[in-house]
Amino acid sequence: MLQALEGSQAVAQAVALCRPQVIAAYPITPQTHIVENISKLVADGQLHCEFVSVESEFSAASVVLGAALAGSRAYTATSSQGIILMAEVLFNISGMRVPIVMTCANRAISSPLSIWNDQQDSMSVRDAGWIQLYCADNQEAVDSTIQAYRIAERTELPVMVCMDGFTLTHTLEGIDIPTQKQVDKYLPPYQFSRTLDPRHPITLGTLVSPDFYTEARHSHHQALLNAQAEIVAADQEWFTLSGRRSGGLLTVEGPEQAKVAILSIGSVIGTLRSALEEIPPAQPVKLIKLRSFRPFPADMLRAACQNLDDVIVLERALSPGSGGIVGVEVLSALAELPNPPRVHSFAAGLGGRDIPLEILPRLLKVLSEPTDHRFRLIDLELEKLPIEDR
Amino acid sequence: MEIHTLPISELRRKQPRFRGLESGHRACLGCGEALAARLVTEVIGPDVMIANATGCLEIFTTPWPESAWRVPWIHSLFENTGAVAAGMESALKAQGRSTKVLAFGGDGGTFDIGFQALSGMLERGHSVLYVCFDNEAYMNTGIQRSSSTPHAAMTTTSPPGKERMGKRHLKKDIVSIVAAHHIPYAATSSVAYPSDIRKKVRRALAIEGPTFLQIHCPCPLGWGHESHESIEIARLAVQTGLFPMIELERGGVAGVMPLRNVRPVTDYLKMQQRFRHLFVEDLRAQEELEHIQAIANHNIEVYGLQGEGKDAFDSEGMDTVRRGGMRWA
Repeated sequence: MLQALEGSQAVAQAVALCRPQVIAAYPITPQTHIVENISKLVADGQLHCEFVSVESEFSAASVVLGAALAGSRAYTATSSQGIILMAEVLFNISGMRVPIVMTCANRAISSPLSIWNDQQDSMSVRDAGWIQLYCADNQEAVDSTIQAYRIAERTELPVMVCMDGFTLTHTLEGIDIPTQKQVDKYLPPYQFSRTLDPRHPITLGTLVSPDFYTEARHSHHQALLNAQAEIVAADQEWFTLSGRRSGGLLTVEGPEQAKVAILSIGSVIGTLRSALEEIPPAQPVKLIKLRSFRPFPADMLRAACQNLDDVIVLERALSPGSGGIVGVEVLSALAELPNPPRVHSFAAGLGGRDIPLEILPRLLKVLSEPTDHRFRLIDLELEKLPIEDR
Repeated sequence: MEIHTLPISELRRKQPRFRGLESGHRACLGCGEALAARLVTEVIGPDVMIANATGCLEIFTTPWPESAWRVPWIHSLFENTGAVAAGMESALKAQGRSTKVLAFGGDGGTFDIGFQALSGMLERGHSVLYVCFDNEAYMNTGIQRSSSTPHAAMTTTSPPGKERMGKRHLKKDIVSIVAAHHIPYAATSSVAYPSDIRKKVRRALAIEGPTFLQIHCPCPLGWGHESHESIEIARLAVQTGLFPMIELERGGVAGVMPLRNVRPVTDYLKMQQRFRHLFVEDLRAQEELEHIQAIANHNIEVYGLQGEGKDAFDSEGMDTVRRGGMRWA
């Protein structure tokens, strides 16, 4: 049944349906509504769990790590500075291959201080060894949260569900919250092969010499690559049960014969979909919705792009001194094609700047500028900067 | 020569106590921390889980693929041990299990980098026994000063020189800070008094809620003394008043180990290379020695350590207990 729910409220309900036993969180805008809603569910007796109000995000991540190892399903959520503060623990969690689910309500990173949305936070920890799923809308955020537990517990890899701060977290949408019965059928009770148990004592988090470190890293890398199949299967299984898909690793929308595609990640997909309807371009354009950034679905992307002439990447983060983050990965994946399409890499919407529908014609304009392939901030207003900084 | 072999299972049965920390680890000769950790794990028994901070104890017990631990043990990071233990405790609580959770950290992981996570764990009332093995510097990285390093001690980052007489600052009074969280039980102990460690660990484990035990552990390498002198030096730290053995309940002092014969601090300091710059013809050295004696006198006065008459549980009598004179203790 469709209900008008705020994104955060919907995610809180989805988390509760997964029956976590330990939740730890520290408040940070725009994640706050998620944990506030969860706290209320706990206070009202609708969710039976240990809610640990920690003294920092660093401890939030550490508490869920300890809880998952001691045999409980665990959840945390954060944003921005919080994810950066957690960074050390994030690497530690994934290296120990602990199944934890975390929501990242995407927000820009200071300085300059900004509480508004972009994806610099989760992009900055892309190498932390977590699965990263990006949501285009709030229904996807709900469904992906439930799928995330199944993926995490089957692959023994932590999953970060990324949803754009404010754009999704604070926006009301019609959302179908699944029933407890559906979720129970989809998600078996928490099981982890390396649960700490005094009857079978094990040692975790040991010192590893150079003789073994490479192999440990390889197995982690391989596990993430192998997780692609599990992400697809989790989405398919959820479709069988609920009739909804969240988009597996990536999805391609639009006319079959199109030679141009725009690839993006997160809620901007919704903007682009609307723009394609309202400002129809002269030539047919495909839309590639990248859901899984880690593992990066290079094979699937190549298959999706093999007959294209141009791929325009639009993202909400950048690597200063290099350029587009998703852009570089797309370029590198497509370079293996015999006739690779041209990749145009753009960022927009940083620090909460609105991405209007009119972004579409501006993006497509680059196709008539064949000489300039450099990364650009497409909504940059240079006149605001002193001349020496332009 | 005839070789007699015994099956491992039989050898284990012959062991007098449960050993959570097995022999064969790679601690230095005379390591106070290794001994203290063994004493603690002997008392806690097998139905426990331990979260361990980064540090010597973690490194020397778990060079993969070996482990010296016979209890569920996890090392996550340097500064999150309190939080990891809190998470473990929360999970066990949610599952209705009674397994005890312990957190182990050195002074660096407790006084400095892990302090915030520890404070959070105490404030939220997690039922965890946090044991700080205090050897008064970052020994694992090569003897750098921590906020636990005593005043005037030499470390590699507080070397004495023309402008300095070792560490310029005082040792942080961690047990008072911990007790200020008004937790049910916080105590200090020393590796020189095994029965005192046992008594305090038992006491802490019987309490519901957060408990804290700081154990003073000499480090022969870092303090600059012979390996066989660890216990003697640890005992002198107590007997001089520099390391008071106290128990605090809900923030108030509930018990102290009295000192029958208070020793001058120089007896303790002169045995250690880290204080050797205080034993030269130098006015500043003289001043520092006086300063350290004043710290000891202050401790003795504040905690009322000066004992009168003979007490089985004072700093001399405890030796009797340790040698088996009062087995029940």
